[in-house]
Amino acid sequence: MKGIAKSLMVTLSTFTRKPVTRDYPNYHRELPERDRAFPLLLWDKEIDEPFCTGCHACERACPVECMTVLMKDNPNHKSNGGDSSRRKIIDKFWIDYARCMRCNICVEVCNFDAIAMNNTWQGHELSVHDRKDLVMDLEQLLVQSHVGAIKEWVPVLGQSNETNE
Amino acid sequence: MVASPQATPEHEFETQDLLINVGPQHPSTHGVFRMVLTIDGEVVKDVVPYIGYLHRGAEKLCETMDFRQGIGFMDRTEYLAAHNAELSYVMAVEALAGLEVPERAQWIRTILCELNRLSSHFMFLGAFGIDVGVFGTPFIYAWREREAIIDLFEEISGDRMMYAYFRPGGLAWDVPLNFKERVREVLKSTRQGIRDFDELLTQNEIFRARTEGIGYISAEDAIDWGMSGPSIRASGVPLDVRRDEPYLKYAELDFDVIVGENGDVFDRYYCRMLEMHESVKIIEQCLERLQPGLIVPDKMPRMLRAAPGEVYIRTEAPRGEYGIYMVSKGGNRPYRLKVRSACLSNLQALRQMSVDQYIADAIIVLGSIDIVLSEVDR
Repeated sequence: MKGIAKSLMVTLSTFTRKPVTRDYPNYHRELPERDRAFPLLLWDKEIDEPFCTGCHACERACPVECMTVLMKDNPNHKSNGGDSSRRKIIDKFWIDYARCMRCNICVEVCNFDAIAMNNTWQGHELSVHDRKDLVMDLEQLLVQSHVGAIKEWVPVLGQSNETNE
Repeated sequence: MVASPQATPEHEFETQDLLINVGPQHPSTHGVFRMVLTIDGEVVKDVVPYIGYLHRGAEKLCETMDFRQGIGFMDRTEYLAAHNAELSYVMAVEALAGLEVPERAQWIRTILCELNRLSSHFMFLGAFGIDVGVFGTPFIYAWREREAIIDLFEEISGDRMMYAYFRPGGLAWDVPLNFKERVREVLKSTRQGIRDFDELLTQNEIFRARTEGIGYISAEDAIDWGMSGPSIRASGVPLDVRRDEPYLKYAELDFDVIVGENGDVFDRYYCRMLEMHESVKIIEQCLERLQPGLIVPDKMPRMLRAAPGEVYIRTEAPRGEYGIYMVSKGGNRPYRLKVRSACLSNLQALRQMSVDQYIADAIIVLGSIDIVLSEVDR
């Protein structure tokens, strides 16, 4: 009987503790900046075009082959009288979020820091009625970065933060 | 009314064994696991387990991928202790590629693996509580404690379950600046959580009546079946890869190997409980000795290539020995990859442990070896 009384004391003591649950749909906790939802493309605000040049590096490195990339000549390149130094630029880009396993490899192989993992709640709340709706096209991938809705965190690979410690 | 000629006093009442199908969609099988029980009244006479419902061919998939791409699949072979699963894989790659892991990366790996052991054992305590019949309370308490650890993992690696954080050679990126404080904070709540569980379950008479003397397996049988981890230590075999074949920094750390006596369900539960105290001890020692430094080797090759050869690396995952057997013929991908999962081996002893037990106890026996079906089927 003593043991049972002790067990009941534990449950009783939780009444005095602060609740740890959160009223989820009404309250969104703050996500850490490293949070990885799904990959999206970043927008170069200085030149007003995407960072992505369509180099296929992420497409080749993706373990689950969820990406499709097509590139084109950049109409905004300097040789055409524009102000961009990118000779090639992304034409079409699809990421199948239903296939993606969020391994971060595309972010690591990108030479232009053009792709990042979404670290906002929009990246997590993706319920759709049809799986086809989870195939994101270029516009959908860029819109969050274009309007400045994400705080970008691109991992600094293999570099230790010893100096700050 | 004429009496039936069979109804003589000498007539023996005939009984027939009943086949009961448990699973694959059954909450107490911890996933998609099916077992067919032959029962005589309420006593289990035979158990035939069926596995393979969660087979995804992770081993074969990894053979078509380079070493970095394989990490994500290793996470998914053991989703409750993904850090430990990754660790075996990257250690195998490091052994083949001849990479030396820097000190700091090794300490951080040790901390994360032990934290993952804590979170996995909390998950066990909660799920085991449900198996025994304490619905709700331990499960939710375990979730509360596990949440703190998983939040920490999210701050470090960015993901809550499939971390993909260890890389051949070290770590993908460094831990956040407030890492030490955050780990200490989590440990504080974890210690309280372990104490809660100790008082909630260990001394509880109903819980003990339900678990003591059930699902006995002797030390010899446990060795014969190839069990490992807490499940074999509960039978009194002091087998712990961390101490027997120290990897990472375990040789320099001071911790005890928890050994049970009776080899029953209660001991398997209690071994895990005491092991959690050891894990907390290990993490505290690691935090004191964690120094700034490199997290990947100085001369990290841009394209990782392994030397031809084969290697078997085993580490102590929460459920037992998690081994990776990797054959390389050179190049950037394994020629053959085999995962030796602790759960599959532990599951072999299920029949021996649950025969001649009551049907309700068969569920507890299954729960006590803490199976993760993704690890069994891979």
